[in-house]
Amino acid sequence: MKSRHKKLLVIVLGLAGLGIAAALILNAFQSNLVFFFSPTEVAAGKAPADRAFRIGGLVEAGSVKREGDGLTTRFIVTDTAKTMSVVYKGILPDLFKEGKGVVAEGKLGADGAFAATQVLAKHDENYMPPEAAQALEQAAKAQKSVVQ
Amino acid sequence: MSLYTYAAPSQFYRLAGQLTPWFAWSAALLTGVGLYVSFFVAPTDFQQSEAYRIIFIHVPAAWMSMFIYLVMAFWGAIGLAFNTRLSFMMSRALAPTGAMFTVVALWTGAAWGKPMWGAWWVWDARLTSELILLFLYAGIMALWASIDDVRRGDRAGALLTLIGAINIPIIYFSVKWWNTLHQGSTINLTKAPSMAQTMLIGMLLLAVAAWFYTIAVAFIRVRRLILERERQTEWAKDILAKEA
Repeated sequence: MKSRHKKLLVIVLGLAGLGIAAALILNAFQSNLVFFFSPTEVAAGKAPADRAFRIGGLVEAGSVKREGDGLTTRFIVTDTAKTMSVVYKGILPDLFKEGKGVVAEGKLGADGAFAATQVLAKHDENYMPPEAAQALEQAAKAQKSVVQ
Repeated sequence: MSLYTYAAPSQFYRLAGQLTPWFAWSAALLTGVGLYVSFFVAPTDFQQSEAYRIIFIHVPAAWMSMFIYLVMAFWGAIGLAFNTRLSFMMSRALAPTGAMFTVVALWTGAAWGKPMWGAWWVWDARLTSELILLFLYAGIMALWASIDDVRRGDRAGALLTLIGAINIPIIYFSVKWWNTLHQGSTINLTKAPSMAQTMLIGMLLLAVAAWFYTIAVAFIRVRRLILERERQTEWAKDILAKEA
């Protein structure tokens, strides 16, 4: 084997070893790398009870209620399996909408509601003109009525 | 005459000099057309309205930040294995542009995150790994700058580049492996892009423009590096004398 081929082999093996090491480390820190917990994970006790964490999911349709002070909002976060009610005092991002993605940071309150200190909107990776979105929505509605 | 002829720095110096204007002008043209399509032809977005247009700068910059790093790692590996001088020079020539695109990606991302998510910055896996990429670029360039012996510096830098390459798949797949605030990728190899066609055209035009720009500036930089390292040879002396 020529020396330069040996060197190349060493590099390739080194990189492979490094890759495996990185994969193992990332796997070990899996729970620290997630940005948020879903309501199902929180219900299963995966989220820390004593410190702040983030929950993520969709804002349940029809669940957003604003209180009299004009700042406090209550809404329900769902991952379609479990739900969590959230209370937040502050300004919501523009993309915060019922049926859309949301990530809230805070703690579980004594009343069981998640008291958020920050609410972020999580949008998806789809980009299209409004007319196309409307067409899709109508198509979905039409399909639903056919099924029913 | 084979392809290996251009592995000789003197030959490559000439070739790069001839190709640079072509890449530079194509980059300028494509940037012009790409920006026009992106900002005047592409439609508004159904949920983010006009703010989504940051994507036309953000995504090409982010792609380049990762791709340039992979090319640097490739040249570093070739240089380490075959001891070819030009490979190391290519790696050095690419680094500043890669760092620049990383800054652009982070900066435009922050400007996009504030109005859409509600935060300039969050420590999710995608954003954090991209920030680590910037530190890697800075660290590699600092390492090169701190070692006076050119050959030793080349090898040390190449090694660090190769070790850091592990970060690239982490950046790319972070949105898939972990739940992040950052959205998933719109353009995938395995499925059709989830984006209107004119939007896609604008983004791809600017991505190609970023490629050509990168090649042009890397060639300009690698030519200076070649001259610097070959300054004791006759052909380099001739060029330097003409320039002076």
